[in-house]
Amino acid sequence: MTAQTMDKTPSTQVKALAPIAWKFPIVYTILALVSLIFFGLIGRDGETTFRVATGGDFFAIPDFAVSSTVAGLTLGILLIIMAAVSIYVAIKRIDLGSWFPMLFGVIFVLSFLAWAGGGSGGVIPLTTLLAGALALSVPLIFGAMCGLVGERSGIINIAIEGQLLAGAFLAAVVASVVKNPYAGLLAAPIAGALVAVVLTFFAVKYWVNQIIIGVVLNVLVVGITSFLYSTVLTQDPELWNSRQKLPNLPIPLLSDIPVLGRVLFDQNILVYIMYVVVIALQIFVFRSKWGLRMRAVGEHPKAADTVGIKVNFTRVRNTLLAGAIAGLGGAFFTVGSGLAFGKEMSAGQGYIALAAMILGKWNPKGALFAALLFGFSKSLGNTLQSIGTPVANELLLMLPYIVTVFAVAGFVGRVRPPAAEGVPYVK
Amino acid sequence: MTKVFGSFVANDHIDLTIEPGEIHALLGENGAGKSTMMNVLYGLYDADGGEILIDDKPVKFSGPGDAVAAGIGMVHQHFMLVPVFTVAESVALGYEPTKSLGLLDISEARKKVKEISSRFNFNIDPDALIEDLPVGAQQRVEIIKALSRDAEILILDEPTAVLTPQETDELISIMRQLKEQGTSIVFITHKLREVRAIADSITVIRRGKIVGEASPESTETELASQMVGRAVSLTTEKDAADPGDATFQVRGLTVVDKAENVVVDDVSFDVRRGEILAVAGVQGNGQTELAETIIGLIEPRLGTITLDGKKLVGDSVKDRLGAGIGFVPEDRSTDGIIAEFAIRENMILDVYDREPYAKGLNMRSKVISEEAKKKVEEFDIRLGSVSDPISTLSGGNQQKVVLSRELGRDLRLFIASQPTRGLDVGSIEFVHKRVIAERDSGTPCIIVSTELDEVYGLADRIAVMYAGRIVGIVGPETSREALGLMMAGVPAGEALEATAGTTSTDGAANQAEGTESAAASAKPASSATEPADDDSATTSAEETK
Repeated sequence: MTAQTMDKTPSTQVKALAPIAWKFPIVYTILALVSLIFFGLIGRDGETTFRVATGGDFFAIPDFAVSSTVAGLTLGILLIIMAAVSIYVAIKRIDLGSWFPMLFGVIFVLSFLAWAGGGSGGVIPLTTLLAGALALSVPLIFGAMCGLVGERSGIINIAIEGQLLAGAFLAAVVASVVKNPYAGLLAAPIAGALVAVVLTFFAVKYWVNQIIIGVVLNVLVVGITSFLYSTVLTQDPELWNSRQKLPNLPIPLLSDIPVLGRVLFDQNILVYIMYVVVIALQIFVFRSKWGLRMRAVGEHPKAADTVGIKVNFTRVRNTLLAGAIAGLGGAFFTVGSGLAFGKEMSAGQGYIALAAMILGKWNPKGALFAALLFGFSKSLGNTLQSIGTPVANELLLMLPYIVTVFAVAGFVGRVRPPAAEGVPYVK
Repeated sequence: MTKVFGSFVANDHIDLTIEPGEIHALLGENGAGKSTMMNVLYGLYDADGGEILIDDKPVKFSGPGDAVAAGIGMVHQHFMLVPVFTVAESVALGYEPTKSLGLLDISEARKKVKEISSRFNFNIDPDALIEDLPVGAQQRVEIIKALSRDAEILILDEPTAVLTPQETDELISIMRQLKEQGTSIVFITHKLREVRAIADSITVIRRGKIVGEASPESTETELASQMVGRAVSLTTEKDAADPGDATFQVRGLTVVDKAENVVVDDVSFDVRRGEILAVAGVQGNGQTELAETIIGLIEPRLGTITLDGKKLVGDSVKDRLGAGIGFVPEDRSTDGIIAEFAIRENMILDVYDREPYAKGLNMRSKVISEEAKKKVEEFDIRLGSVSDPISTLSGGNQQKVVLSRELGRDLRLFIASQPTRGLDVGSIEFVHKRVIAERDSGTPCIIVSTELDEVYGLADRIAVMYAGRIVGIVGPETSREALGLMMAGVPAGEALEATAGTTSTDGAANQAEGTESAAASAKPASSATEPADDDSATTSAEETK
């Protein structure tokens, strides 16, 4: 009864329209013009070859070559049309959803690739580009999952970077000593969880500001691992820090699919664990008792307390679990890629994982795509470097970070973090 | 039962007996210790002494879970609901029905909500998001939560603070229904009218101690003096208004929030010199935003604000203060004061850079202290020293500091949002007197209040807001029933007509009967309200000058 009478019926909605949002149309138009003029009109002569075959495919798709100029012109005109559409929908105040920027981004990247490959007559290895993107995304995805489990429970975890590094370190050492990469895989989550123990001890028990303790932990882990690396690991690398690689386990049939099969289903077990973690979190965060309680303590801890949920215990337990997830992600740097441990080898990926979590709006699915975007931009930088383009190497190395800043600043829109994140629960 | 916080005794040897199937009212002022006591009873706080007996058996609660298991349910003053959860999820939380792997059996939870909801005619959709529900419905979700755990004793902590008069009547009939089914109810409140309407027995509590039992037949004045500990006058004394020119005008004001919801919707009104316009309405219908737009904290999308012939929209807050607006914000502790600052500093937050408090780059500490002492005298502020942090003061004295600051300048307009929220009866009397004194000195005053008693006590005219619109501007002689209907969105004309038949009384019982038909007609009426109606309401109110 009351619910009906409370229906709000604003009468001046029509008069008081929001100002037209010009931000996106302007960005689209500039990018479309850049594409048309630089990649098309004053583009470089020559052909670009897109290679999709990797050998050993079930059936081979031939390489295809396009004229750089023609591709630049065609795609540039397509982008101009899309920019025009975006202006139209902005004036009409229609919301197109997220497929529009995605499609625009894909076309722009293709147009850029056609141009970049053109002058040098280069071959763009598409499969390698995508495989690299996935590989570079794996630690990011684990890190983002760690971040979202922690923040959904109300604990801000800046220490993902440190947890990745600790996971990478312990995985390398244990795998090397035992001479079995799978042993490293078991050790990595313990390292991540240990970092989380320190984090929750100070954050939950002593109410230390969670951002500060997170940053301090990152520095601490860098210090400890670097110290041990210089003093112990380099003394006897054969014993302590030999390369151990998780073997690839191609999934029958699925791995024979051209391009994507190679990329997704001819991987080591860590990547398959990642698939399981993401899918499981997507289901359990929103549809399980565990997830409901986790979200309750992250949104409104007092409400959870009044129904008998132990708030701080729930937070600690989930943050430790999250730490273990990040530790697993760290293992990808060493046993996952078949590399020995190196100083500071996580190289800021933990912070990018946080950005992926925010861009993914604290949803496992969203964070997955955001992490893949960052991984792809880094892989793109690597590929372009290797085929040789007129763009300076330093600029290419900056690519993933530029994408991060623009993505988080511009495309996130209205996000709502868990209401009680970072706030200690004190009775 | 005894509960001590530091050196402050919140509950001092309290004995309370609740019979099965009775509605027991716990009456006391803000800060008397009612909520503390119930939180002990619900297991949220540990008691420092005493014991709890259920059916003569002593019980010990180490947390709310134990209390719930013992059959105690509680509806907190600030609802314990997660805004982003659905109703079914909120009810399930803590007692989740699960399938294999710990996955939620949400259809089971839905079924439970529907079953209880239909038993009491609550009409709650189990899949609605909590944040989309009006407060009255959220409260019913809280009651469903308690009932779904087979509560035999239901504690309602200030349940009517956030409700419209109509929603309050619905709640009262729900309480009667629960009582018939054998549930005991502890009803915590400081509102005398409700206590008399519903309670079977009344316990009055003051400064942490029980000061006596009272019967529901006692008059309001008797209850009030028992609650405060001295004789109080419940009516505010004031002379008839002698309004002058309309020096403050608002025209077509429209404010849109960040999520593009229209929160103030085409609002127009005048305030004349020497009158008080009270803005009434249920919390969250645009009053806060209206007040903040006038002072300049929010920029409106459309419309004009004019003070003494000068347009204010676009001016900074500082300019508007300079133009002579005094503003008492709604949330005293976050917007009205800076808790860590000294009392004397809080008194000059708006004029710190002016003579005589400042000279060049320096603050003149001596002058500030002297002026502060004068204000302490004038406003009867109880404190140790003016250099103590303001957080050491009680709510009533903090509000007096805010008033002394805002009324300390020569004003051309005075706005106060919820000026007496959370204050004791004595401080309320004082604040009201000062506001009336300001009116009598010729300042146009706007008082935003959700308390109808305050609205009636102060207003020369009453503007009722609903869903961002001014439903109508009426005189102070309008009945409570009519105001209540207007607060639910019924236009002034219809509301007055609908309530013309019923006699205006305090009893909520006969009011409840009228609610069914009135609320049923409310929906079409509210959707039919066009801005034109607001205008005509404004003009008709102006004609009555």
